[in-house]
Amino acid sequence: MNTQFVGQPIRRVDGRLKVTGGARYAADFNLDEHVYAVIVNATVGLGRIVSIDQAAATRLPGVIAVISHLNAPRLAYHPHKGAIDPATGERLHVLQGDQVRFYGQPVAVVVADTLDQAERAAAALSITYAAKRPAVDPSASDTTEIMAEASKGPKAYYPADTARGDADAALATAPVRIDAFYDTARENHNPMEPHATVARWDGDRVTLWSKTQFVVNEQAEIAAIFGIPTENVQVISPFVGGGFGTTLRTWSHVTIAALAARQVGRPVKLALTRKQMFFTTGHRPRSLQRVALGATPDGKLTSIVHEGRGETSRYEEFIEALTAGTGFMYSCPNVRTQYRIVPLDTGTPNHMRGPGEAQGMFALECAMDELSYELGIDPIELRRRNEPEIDESTGKPFSSRSLMPCYDRGAELFGWAQRNPAPRSMRDDREYVGMGCASATYPVLFSPTRARARLLADGTAEIEVAASDMGPGTYTSMTQVAADALGLPLDNVRFSLGRSDFPPAPPHGGSQTMASVGSAIRAACAAVLEAAARNREVRPIEAEGSAQRDPEVAARFSMHSFGAVFAEVGIDSDVGTIRVRRALGVYGAGRIVNPRLALSQCTGGMVGGIGMALMERTMLDARDGRLVNAHMADYLMPVNLDIDRLEAHFVDEEDPHVNPLGVKGLGEIALVGMAPAIANAIFHATGTRLRNLPISIENVLTA
Amino acid sequence: MLLFTLQKAGSPEDAIAAAQAGARYIAGGTTLIDLMREEVERPERLVDINALPLKDIRVEGEDLVFGALARMSEIAAHPDVLRLQPLVAESLIEGASPQLRNMASIGGNLLQRVRCPYFRMHDAACNKRQPGSGCTALDGLNGGHAILGTSEQCVATHPSDVAVAFVALDATMRVRGPDGERSFPVEELFRLPGDTPHLEHTLLPGELILEVRVPGGAHARQARYLKVRDRASYEFALVSAAAALEIEDGVIRTVRIACGGVGTKPWRMRACEQALIGRPPDRANLEAAAKLALEGTRPLAHNHYKIELLPRTIARALEMAGELA
Repeated sequence: MNTQFVGQPIRRVDGRLKVTGGARYAADFNLDEHVYAVIVNATVGLGRIVSIDQAAATRLPGVIAVISHLNAPRLAYHPHKGAIDPATGERLHVLQGDQVRFYGQPVAVVVADTLDQAERAAAALSITYAAKRPAVDPSASDTTEIMAEASKGPKAYYPADTARGDADAALATAPVRIDAFYDTARENHNPMEPHATVARWDGDRVTLWSKTQFVVNEQAEIAAIFGIPTENVQVISPFVGGGFGTTLRTWSHVTIAALAARQVGRPVKLALTRKQMFFTTGHRPRSLQRVALGATPDGKLTSIVHEGRGETSRYEEFIEALTAGTGFMYSCPNVRTQYRIVPLDTGTPNHMRGPGEAQGMFALECAMDELSYELGIDPIELRRRNEPEIDESTGKPFSSRSLMPCYDRGAELFGWAQRNPAPRSMRDDREYVGMGCASATYPVLFSPTRARARLLADGTAEIEVAASDMGPGTYTSMTQVAADALGLPLDNVRFSLGRSDFPPAPPHGGSQTMASVGSAIRAACAAVLEAAARNREVRPIEAEGSAQRDPEVAARFSMHSFGAVFAEVGIDSDVGTIRVRRALGVYGAGRIVNPRLALSQCTGGMVGGIGMALMERTMLDARDGRLVNAHMADYLMPVNLDIDRLEAHFVDEEDPHVNPLGVKGLGEIALVGMAPAIANAIFHATGTRLRNLPISIENVLTA
Repeated sequence: MLLFTLQKAGSPEDAIAAAQAGARYIAGGTTLIDLMREEVERPERLVDINALPLKDIRVEGEDLVFGALARMSEIAAHPDVLRLQPLVAESLIEGASPQLRNMASIGGNLLQRVRCPYFRMHDAACNKRQPGSGCTALDGLNGGHAILGTSEQCVATHPSDVAVAFVALDATMRVRGPDGERSFPVEELFRLPGDTPHLEHTLLPGELILEVRVPGGAHARQARYLKVRDRASYEFALVSAAAALEIEDGVIRTVRIACGGVGTKPWRMRACEQALIGRPPDRANLEAAAKLALEGTRPLAHNHYKIELLPRTIARALEMAGELA
């Protein structure tokens, strides 16, 4: 493999566009004669719309249409489930009936000449409801957990129940055990760019300039909803201003934009407000978990029990990897996992960076830390004593696993040896200082992908894939891969993405873009070189290539990334302020295509982990399901002053099995492990174990 | 947003005349525009006072005087403020974000509206927004709300940081209205919610804030502001404390304490001050005095932690001030 550019810290090829404002995001697209749509959201958490009085709104200047279930056309809503849609249940049908399923559900849309006029008219709409009290708290007695249809049976991707040995019996007789409950908060993704769609119809064809991490799915979903052929929908999404998973699904506002544009016969621009993003674009579900560990006095695990519950909506069964890492992280003869979901009167959750792993590994890794204190064994040593030879949940070898090398390198870089193992033993002036560590993991996904490569007469090349770049640097890394594959300088390669008429790519999520899109580009480049060698006259000449995981290899290996995360916190001895003084992650993530981008992606994920650990929590008022802090001033996320020294390092790891590029992906694992490392450091600093996220000053003071 | 008319005032007289005719003053607009976009504030007329000559920051003897239109960022960075009134500068820097501080005027800061989330939601009852409609926060999510000065009608916390410093330092303000000028302590600007939470301040119709005067002195130079919150910037205080100390011969001669995040207005802690006069500023004395701040506190369902946090914050702020010596 030619690696002139792959592996180099190349600067972002689109950096200049971004910093000069030349990069066009969805709402930046302005079409001739376009008008504005503003969504009106339900102000009750459950019930029915009784009446909509639109007389006053309709009379306001500039108002073109007020569309609600009373006058909206019935949409086809043909069955369609993309790779990221919940397997069970049916998506929200918007403006099709009077039922209100959750607070903030879209109940009407106002279209007007200007944004101001549309906002004003939206506020002037008078809607009455017959409201009932919604159930929004998964820990309350008015909720019932269920087993998700898609998690039933041993072949399920996220099985509801797994077991090897007899974990409960082994726990009962374990010489040393810990048994604890963990609670992680509901979170919202909050990317910087709001969701937006500009929709234009030309006859029975619609073009959507839309924020999405998955253009071909948006195309298929809108085609299904409107009952038109897939090829009649074109989705264009050249830039995505952060996603973290929220733009993987095609949410109701995209349908509303298209519906409104068709109704008024003009292009429509619709951008969600920050508040609206909390209502209808998914969230990381709250989790309630129990982890019990049994061990011998010398620290050998004899039992792991992991029971987890996550939120879902009433109309779809959202499942994620809550207990997925537990079976293979450590060597243990007796393991039982249980995963249930709790339907609530909220919108459907969706994947958020490290979906499931982030919460599940929080519980498991805090439990391991608790066990280390119970045993009086260093937490890294405890993990070493339980390092498995193979994936004991499947019996397969790991394609590669660098967990202990990550710990060893991290311990050295972090100065773990300076840690006094006794809790509440380290102080720096007025701060109690604590050091904690935790393991991180994420599977190595690789989905079927196609790519197109074209050689031009001027010696340059064009590469096209319906991929996405929400910030990790897809534009840059794919340019590196193609330049190497074609033997061209970087400047001679133009990589384009974000169009549904390009060869299809999998969701830009699950840390699989580098593996999937990169491998397909390599294949397309090889194909076009071959074609060009056969035919030296014709230019431009193009070829397509595809890539997917070899099922035979997939059957042989267990493929995951691993990492070790270290955090040092300072807790103010008087007022309980929690400060992450420094953090460091070491990852075994296969080949690193661009160390500069990889570092940026990892520190970004660590910041997300700090948010999860200490700040992020979407708060719902149990009386009516109202989101109380749907505002950037009230939903806390870290700011610059909260971020001190962050480091990310990568151990050398060659894995020929995962994919042709030997990459494992970084997006998710960069967040996983940070929250437990911080929580464990807080215990070390204070001697108080806090098991609910986020951990706030209030928790530190009143524990 | 509702339509409104905007006029520019060339003089205080113009501005006051416009206000008498029903216009609302607008300076930095950091609160008002935000709330107008949400239609929580619905003025039909605005009068832009930014052209008025009320921007100066000056020293008069030991006192500092801030024109009402001086920006938070200008005051915070002013060398005389840093020299004579470090508490004022620190409280300003701890407030809002750089962007907001560049826009927000000191007069507007004092009149900013509360951060209670229900106040900002039309579909939630709020006595402040709509008198008589009820208080959603009383039995709602009220972790950020007040434990002092509350009523059955309103439990919202006053959000300003610099107002806490002003109240601690016995700052006064000069205002001009249709009937002329008057001066009064900044502390008297704020009303308790009582049965009329929609009335937040004591300005008379048409009155315009001209300036704020902060008396100087040894204690003002030895003063700190401690703001406790879950993120390091751009968050309102869970609890904050302004503390000013003058220590002579090892005992406290002058002390000023006021707190934010706990009251429906900036809360002066006079009982704590009394307990410290004449005593050495040792940790035990500071802690004992700080506990007196809890008198009369009434926690709600979700803000009990403020009972724990309040005295700790006061003691620590006093200690920080003492270390400046």
